[in-house]
Amino acid sequence: MSQPLHIVVCAGIVPDPLQTLEPISTPNSPGLKNEMVLPAVLDPWAACALYEAAALAAANPGSKLWLVSLGPKAKLQQVMMTVAQKVPFELVPIDGPIGGFADAHSTAATIAEAIAAIPGLDREKLLLFGGWESATRGAGVTLQIVGERLGITDQFQGVDQITLHEDGSFEVLERIEGGRHQVSTCARAPAVLGWATGNLAEPRNNPQVGMANMRTIMPALQKAKPAALAANGLRYVNVSLPKQQRNTRVEKNMSPDDIAAELVAWIGAE
Amino acid sequence: MDRSRIVESILVLTHADETGSALSKASLEAITAGQDLAARTRETLTIGIVAADATTLSKGLPSTKLLAVSGEAFAQPRYATDAAACEALCRAAGASIVLVPAGARFSRVAAGVAYRLGGAIDTHITAIHAGADGLEANRWFYRQRVEAVLTRDARPWFLVLDAGTHAPFVPGEGSPQIETVAVHLPALRTTVTRIQSPKQDEQTIRPDAKMLFVTGAGWTKKQPDGQTHVDEAGNLILAFLRATGASLGSSKSLVDQGGDGNSVLPFLTHMNQIGQTGATPRHAKGLSTCCHGEEPHVVGWRFIADRRAISLDANCGWTRGKADVVYVADAFQVIAKLNELLAKEK
Repeated sequence: MSQPLHIVVCAGIVPDPLQTLEPISTPNSPGLKNEMVLPAVLDPWAACALYEAAALAAANPGSKLWLVSLGPKAKLQQVMMTVAQKVPFELVPIDGPIGGFADAHSTAATIAEAIAAIPGLDREKLLLFGGWESATRGAGVTLQIVGERLGITDQFQGVDQITLHEDGSFEVLERIEGGRHQVSTCARAPAVLGWATGNLAEPRNNPQVGMANMRTIMPALQKAKPAALAANGLRYVNVSLPKQQRNTRVEKNMSPDDIAAELVAWIGAE
Repeated sequence: MDRSRIVESILVLTHADETGSALSKASLEAITAGQDLAARTRETLTIGIVAADATTLSKGLPSTKLLAVSGEAFAQPRYATDAAACEALCRAAGASIVLVPAGARFSRVAAGVAYRLGGAIDTHITAIHAGADGLEANRWFYRQRVEAVLTRDARPWFLVLDAGTHAPFVPGEGSPQIETVAVHLPALRTTVTRIQSPKQDEQTIRPDAKMLFVTGAGWTKKQPDGQTHVDEAGNLILAFLRATGASLGSSKSLVDQGGDGNSVLPFLTHMNQIGQTGATPRHAKGLSTCCHGEEPHVVGWRFIADRRAISLDANCGWTRGKADVVYVADAFQVIAKLNELLAKEK
């Protein structure tokens, strides 16, 4: 017997990883140069959470899937043009600032408020998904705080797998040190799952899914509530790019024997 | 607010390792960080311990206030119990600065505890220092591509310290007195059933190894004879790992091949992945093979000090200032020879 679930995936948008990033000062906080025109993608680990959530919802008829995303409306629309073609979901957009320098506590408060206001959401069936860290702030704290704000005290981070049982309980594999997994069973929803990569490949684009999604995404974007994120006492003393350039020695004409001998000495050196 | 004159009190949260008979390595590193900070700022230091039985864990710890939460419920790393334990320790200590060791156990709960206490949290902290306006902390943003120094007014301020940023505390003599802290536990719905190691012949992820060995997609591509040599690649890589004790990392493109139905090295999983959507490990040296060294992968090398690469592409990313030495050569030939030499040395 399948268990209908209410799955909410929290996913931000981040600059495409191939873009060059340059920090700048803005009146309120640090930012990135040309941040609004940098190509953006759905946060990679959160995207894994979305694909896992869609698979779980498909395997459990009657389930519902919401994607909660905070960012400037225009950027959200741009990213959703691609994401909407992957899996069916209902978008809950929040029109807020982009970037990794915003305070995680304010972000979590805004997201928790948006989730609590989702019509028809049954908290007893709720699985709150997201990436275990973002590719922007990378703090791994927002989802935990959202869970706490929603009163959820069964939380898992670095999740690679969830297996639902017929009695409503589920087994979770969380990444721990040394490339291993901690296996836990949880009696039932609600729970928070911060996903690592999971096991699913990125779904292929499906224009039919995209068209169905966009019918609800566009009106939702038009009605997106604006959110200003308070600094919450967070101040940046300095933001800079690290020194990345090394003086690389490129050896084009060494034989494999010579390279191996040099590497043996290098490996053995303290 | 001028925080430079405000007295802080420091709490270091620690927990037992998997044996239950010693503190975890990350906890010992956090104690060192706490001692350093307390000495520099002349603040008071408290150590909090979460373990099934904390009495044996206090042996050799610094002579400072020790608080402990003990009981069978705390033998398992689990959100509900660990969050309740850390919350109780923080309330008992009344600390304004809470240092937390990074690691799966406390990283899972630290933010929730900070929220419960009305405080704030920052993670992946690599350094803490006293600034003109109070304590300042260093951390990275955008997956190690931008570095920032920040400070906060909110207290308690939780700082989750990245592993490897401080030397582990070496326990001395003596056994300071422990003050036990009572915890009210919620109804428990989660049970840890087991620890699962990879389904492979040997463990390839070794966080304490001196060297990181990274494999790229080139290992499974067609070689000059027009064929792929995946089995040979696997044997060469495993032989190298056995000879050197290195930790195995991978590019995303290689671990993703498994999901595309292509032949892939059987001992690689997404947990080996280094970079933007993978790990950022800390090792003294790193050797990359058959990998282009593109930026999304190289951000995972931020904490690899000495970097070398073997690549057939003389214009790969590694040659553009991302590695110290790049050998333009066939990794199959070089690693085979290298394994021979390492075997002779043994």
